[in-house]
Amino acid sequence: MLEIVDLECVRGDRRLFSGLAFSLESGELLHLHGHNGSGKTTLMRAICGLIRPTAGEVQWNGTDIRRLGEEFNRELAYVGHRNGIKDDLTGVENLRISCVLDGIAVSEAKAWDALEQMGLKGCEDLPVRVLSQGQKRRVSLARLLLHASPLWILDEPFTALDKAAVGFLQTVIRSHVERAGMVILTTHQEVSLTRGQVKQLQLGWKGDGDV
Amino acid sequence: MFEAFLIIVRRDITLAMRRRSDLFTTLFFFVIVVSLFPLGIGPEMNTLRLIAPGVVWVAALLASMLALERLFAADFEDGTLEQMLLVPQPLSLLVLGKVTAHWLVTGLPLAIVAPLLGLQYDLSPEALGVLVVSLLLGTPALSLIGAIGAALTLGLRGGGVLVSLLVLPLCIPVLIFGAGAVEANVSGLGEQGHLSMLGALLVLSLLFSPLAASAALRISAE
Amino acid sequence: MNSRLINWFKFSSPATYYPLAGRLVPLFSVIALVLIGVGLYMSFFIAPTDYKQGEGYRIIFVHVPAAWMSMFIYVVMAVWSGLGLVFNTRLSAMMAKALAPTGAMFAFLALWTGAFWGKPMWGAWWVWDARLTSELILLFLYIGFIALQGAIDDPRRADRAGAILALVGVVNIPIIYFSVKWWNTLHQGASVSITKGSSMGQVMLWTMLIMTLGFWAYSIAVSLARVRSIILERERDTTWVSELPEVRG
Repeated sequence: MLEIVDLECVRGDRRLFSGLAFSLESGELLHLHGHNGSGKTTLMRAICGLIRPTAGEVQWNGTDIRRLGEEFNRELAYVGHRNGIKDDLTGVENLRISCVLDGIAVSEAKAWDALEQMGLKGCEDLPVRVLSQGQKRRVSLARLLLHASPLWILDEPFTALDKAAVGFLQTVIRSHVERAGMVILTTHQEVSLTRGQVKQLQLGWKGDGDV
Repeated sequence: MFEAFLIIVRRDITLAMRRRSDLFTTLFFFVIVVSLFPLGIGPEMNTLRLIAPGVVWVAALLASMLALERLFAADFEDGTLEQMLLVPQPLSLLVLGKVTAHWLVTGLPLAIVAPLLGLQYDLSPEALGVLVVSLLLGTPALSLIGAIGAALTLGLRGGGVLVSLLVLPLCIPVLIFGAGAVEANVSGLGEQGHLSMLGALLVLSLLFSPLAASAALRISAE
Repeated sequence: MNSRLINWFKFSSPATYYPLAGRLVPLFSVIALVLIGVGLYMSFFIAPTDYKQGEGYRIIFVHVPAAWMSMFIYVVMAVWSGLGLVFNTRLSAMMAKALAPTGAMFAFLALWTGAFWGKPMWGAWWVWDARLTSELILLFLYIGFIALQGAIDDPRRADRAGAILALVGVVNIPIIYFSVKWWNTLHQGASVSITKGSSMGQVMLWTMLIMTLGFWAYSIAVSLARVRSIILERERDTTWVSELPEVRG
């Protein structure tokens, strides 16, 4: 279970949010809303542990993630604004390196398979540099198919994707939630789930923190 | 765990091999700087023999400063650094992997071409050998210490100059013992002491700088 | 946690520290003024003329305490930095930031007075002596710290990056000093021994001690004054700052 306790983040001179509290159980999806600059990305990065909050803490199963350190990273998959892939490496290379770092053994065939599922058939062993924005995004998202981590944090995962890819990613997210996973995401798309619970959180006005 | 270290080393070397021009700029910078000194000082062989250890070592120091800026910058820009902070592996181990790869593609070539440059300064074969050994022990220490500076200045305006400002003073001991080893050999004093000190510095920086650099990376990546 | 510890943390809040520092600044300024005044008087008029080095030696009453202070302040800076990293207290980092310019100033003063002393003694403004060289490197370390903090816009990142640099620096200072000394003895450079050489008389020792204490008081006064303005700048949006009489007036 993920619990946000009394969280406050300040960027530069601006207090983005304070006293933020909510929790997320397995099988739940949290959809973050808020205008540009309301602190959605900051909140997600704080939950990952990339940003140290000015006050409050993020707890995973009751323990502060600062104390869990690298152990918490095992529970987590984060897709940020930047794709986190190397332009000079091929899709397969990128995927396999990221899996080794995540401590998952992935065979060459499995990596090819994941990329094919993401609709990258024929581009698997091209350097990512020559792919389009949307295809790069797909390479980056292919990690989700191989990860076993329960908590997914997806910052605008649908950007640059075409309709087919958006649809596919939605089913991936849906089945992750159905398998008792947790998802936190920001997007301008509506996310439809068949099972599980969708929570909404609006950032950017006074007294936020209610789910 | 060790697998993660190896994959980072392999990844960075592969990347460097696919962008070979970066690799050669550092090396040529080193060669050019060393070749400039006789032009500034004059071709008097006795003087050149005297200043050779210092010149080669200062040039190696500057060349490794030049290469430092790129150590984390590319990973920072494309977001792979962010992902590296979020994997279930000790970050200092990954940093050590990056530094190792960085040294293999920038530091090691310096040690390999150094004897050729030493010939320009009429160093004896024995002194050339000491020069190579001192560079082999010293340049990894430079890369390790430099990693701290590179991590601290990540994403800052004018990071390249700033990193030299931060790191150069910290590299002075390596310079002293590195150049000193060659000098001691030339003057017949024996290079043992200097080389052991260099080795000690290398061990110390192996122990501490990955930790300091990874703490700095976490701060810079916020 | 015992009550003493809680008490300490109370003063680590900028809002309680600011008025406390405000009361201490005049106190330490006066102490500094008196001690440095007495010290200077003693060094010019009471300390005897050195039979070997003449009147010129009197500059050591500024040089030596300045060199001591420059080293000591770096250590204090590193301690504050370490505390700031461990306990995540904002004030510790502000103290480290406030101390850096004073430390750099003392390092510069030590170099400058060293040059003044060197000219009549060895006929050269600069001698590559182990101590002077180490002092120069120390000045570089201070400049690096100040430059790094200046280059980072976000104050929290600046504090923590500076803290790491200060800690790395403080680990390196003994190594640097040792290696410079090794280098110096091998090259048989001029050995400048300022404190040794002539046997120091009782009066000279006292003068130096008083000057050092005066510099201490000065450093405390200046860094507290500086930390006050850093607090005001960083906390300008808080209510306690806007309610201060000097801000409202």
